[in-house]
Amino acid sequence: MDKKKIYSKWFLVPSMTVFTVMFVIPLILSLFFSLTVWNFDGFTFCGIDNFIMFFEEQSLRIGIKNTLIYAVLTSGLKLIISFFIALFLTSNIRTKTLQRSIVFFPNLVSTVAVGVVFTALMHPSKGLINKGLEMIGIAGPDWLGNPDIALFSVIAVDVWKGLSIATVIFIAGFMSIDKTYYEAAMIDGANFWQKVRYVTVPLARSSMNSVIILSFIGGLRSFDLIWAMTGGGPGFATDVMASIVYKQYAAGYYGLSTAGNVIMFVLIAILAFPLQKWLLSKEVE
Amino acid sequence: MQKKRNIRTWIGDIVGLLVCFFIFVIPFLFMVINSLKERREANKLSLSLPTKFEWSNFVEVFQTNDYQILTAFKNSIILTVGAVAILVFFSAMAGYVIQRRKDRPVKIANTIIMTGLMIPAAILPTIWVMQTLHIYKTMPGMILVEVALHTPFTIMLYRGFMSTIPIELEEAAYIDGCTPFQVFRMIIFPLLKPVTSTVIILDAVTIFNDFTNPLYFFPGNENATMQVTLYNYMGQFSSAYNLLFADVLIITIPMLIIFLIFNNKIVDGMVAGSVKG
Repeated sequence: MDKKKIYSKWFLVPSMTVFTVMFVIPLILSLFFSLTVWNFDGFTFCGIDNFIMFFEEQSLRIGIKNTLIYAVLTSGLKLIISFFIALFLTSNIRTKTLQRSIVFFPNLVSTVAVGVVFTALMHPSKGLINKGLEMIGIAGPDWLGNPDIALFSVIAVDVWKGLSIATVIFIAGFMSIDKTYYEAAMIDGANFWQKVRYVTVPLARSSMNSVIILSFIGGLRSFDLIWAMTGGGPGFATDVMASIVYKQYAAGYYGLSTAGNVIMFVLIAILAFPLQKWLLSKEVE
Repeated sequence: MQKKRNIRTWIGDIVGLLVCFFIFVIPFLFMVINSLKERREANKLSLSLPTKFEWSNFVEVFQTNDYQILTAFKNSIILTVGAVAILVFFSAMAGYVIQRRKDRPVKIANTIIMTGLMIPAAILPTIWVMQTLHIYKTMPGMILVEVALHTPFTIMLYRGFMSTIPIELEEAAYIDGCTPFQVFRMIIFPLLKPVTSTVIILDAVTIFNDFTNPLYFFPGNENATMQVTLYNYMGQFSSAYNLLFADVLIITIPMLIIFLIFNNKIVDGMVAGSVKG
């Protein structure tokens, strides 16, 4: 049987063409354009000036730091919280179908819509969150207006929205674990936490890795929630790489914007690829 | 013992529902209630029921900027349907061959495509390419961008599912005289139906909800999509929360309907899609 004949390469051509023209070529061009001052009509070569500027300018450098904080915190929190939600939703409670649907729903609401609603809920004087805190005697902060906490407020909303998919992945992982492991553990006299520690955690490793990788990469790339809630402000307190790329583009500094884009690629390449490799190697053990 | 366990699960149920209610239901309720209030009342941002139901808010949102939301709705639908249709067709073919053939060129193609799962788009160079091809700010261009950006994930889903289809079927069909494309169209594509429905739902939801890409690649008032319109209204309606929330609700309704119809399928699909990663 001639494999080359049945599985003709032509089947790959449509996808590869679109992908190459709209993704790969721009990717390669970005390496070049990041070394220039350019617009859509022409360019002047300027060496690595754009990158130097990125690391010298406080308002640009902060983007790298914020992106890292954002990615690490969102993926960590999603991992831990959704693990326990999934554990709860696979226990023998009665309303699990209803609760699963409720937890899942935010996944379908657009990020901008989530941003709009939470910006209102986090309003410093009228927002529901601070009203609630007032009732128990705590003066709530200005969640999105205070530069020290704004980033963390956005992170909290990102976690809120991202919990659903992470929970779904965990539920699937937990349900695929053979029941006999739990029975064996029970016979050996393991209590609930021991079962979680020695059966669930090791056997749900691949779901755990999916959650970490998905949310970590999502965190490094995130833009729309931040843009809808704070627009990078107050000041530059919540600017991440993706929002800087947009801001520099809007301001007409295309070279700087492209350099920001390239820095994003590098960040992802040096963080996410090794992370994935490492996680996969642990999975095999 | 049995009784104790019963009480414990009941407590679990109640606590779970309460937490769900506060964390997930209240934001949604808050939005619905305030979208029905009169302007000044809505701006208090409280959770109390409206004194009078202002259904006209929705009419007003529709009328804003010369019925822009209808154009946006049309654009979003064309974009979603167009991109998803192309994605299904192209990616099913690619996933089929990538899974079946393991020689060097195909492996290289696979590696190139899979980098797209991690690396984000190079935005301005993409615009440059689109301008060179004269498809910047056009619907076909926007559709192609969405297709390119969702290709890696979609191919991954198809490739994963292909491994469950026995190879003997194709060989038999080929011996019977089918051309390679006929084998795909008449034997393989129908068998891919379960994963195709997953692909349709997942890609449709993300493309419909996409904000970033239309913002960059499809600017202009007549080109607005639903999400971009909402973003623009944020500025315009900053002192009219009732209209802002009415808009959010209108945007969410199509997804809500999909959710109610395909609830279980979506969850299964999400699982299949993400775990295989």
